[in-house]
Amino acid sequence: MAEEERTQVEILEENNLIDMTKYITYVSAPQAGGIATFAGTTRDTFEGKSVVELRYEAYVPMAIRCMKSMCSSARSSWNLHSIAVAHRLGSVPVGETSVFIAVSSVHRADALDACKFLIDELKATVPIWKKEVYANGEVWKENSEFVERRLELGKDGICSGRKVEVKAGDRKTCCGSKVKVDEEAMADLSTTRN
Amino acid sequence: MDVTDREIKTKNAECKPAENKGSSVQIKVLFFARARDLTGLTELPLELSSGSTAQDCLNKLVARFPSLEEILGSMVLALNEEYTNESVIVQDKDELALIPPISGG
Repeated sequence: MAEEERTQVEILEENNLIDMTKYITYVSAPQAGGIATFAGTTRDTFEGKSVVELRYEAYVPMAIRCMKSMCSSARSSWNLHSIAVAHRLGSVPVGETSVFIAVSSVHRADALDACKFLIDELKATVPIWKKEVYANGEVWKENSEFVERRLELGKDGICSGRKVEVKAGDRKTCCGSKVKVDEEAMADLSTTRN
Repeated sequence: MDVTDREIKTKNAECKPAENKGSSVQIKVLFFARARDLTGLTELPLELSSGSTAQDCLNKLVARFPSLEEILGSMVLALNEEYTNESVIVQDKDELALIPPISGG
């Protein structure tokens, strides 16, 4: 831990585009051999209906807190160099990026696994809402990740520094033993606390 | 917001008169997304007797906004920016948020 941990979380107010290059630059480092990124973009259709735009809103201070918390959780499970997480608010037109995650690590497996964990965790725990606007109506969306975890949210101190439940993976990697998130354990966190 | 707040305080008076200090707490309730649509409010000051739980707050809110029933089975609560459950006791100046199903990403 000679290197200072670098984590950046941002909620961007309406009309601010996500500058992916900025976040990739932020997580870049000479000692990091890999950068994994995820960009969530607005699809043009949902169940056959034509989507005009998505409108996002957030409980901003809590969302920031939850995003920091999930980054800490990721760090406790993987060996990461830097993390950047950004989410846009307001109207996001079709084709534009609403969420972006960039993770760097010495070896790629940590960054790739942590990146997937972070977007799943964001969708399950960070208080951000989106309304899908169609040509003939609108609807508040619901993330299945949230629905599955809803009953444990109030019990586990999520967004208050809860540790991630991980299990040593039995999968072989080039770099020896690693941890991976056990999906079933994640769904059964109600029995564990940090 | 001023007009709304004043109206709210007046209406709240019938729910729970502000007795003497110490026997009641005043919290702020926040409404997001569907919860805001249903109540027409982004926030609401709420006065409760000391020792009231988040569930007591919910009961009071539903009495005032019956349409909130729609999301009671799918939402969660956050107290002072952390997820919580209905049995927690609210303190003076707490911020209680109704969190309808989230949909970030």
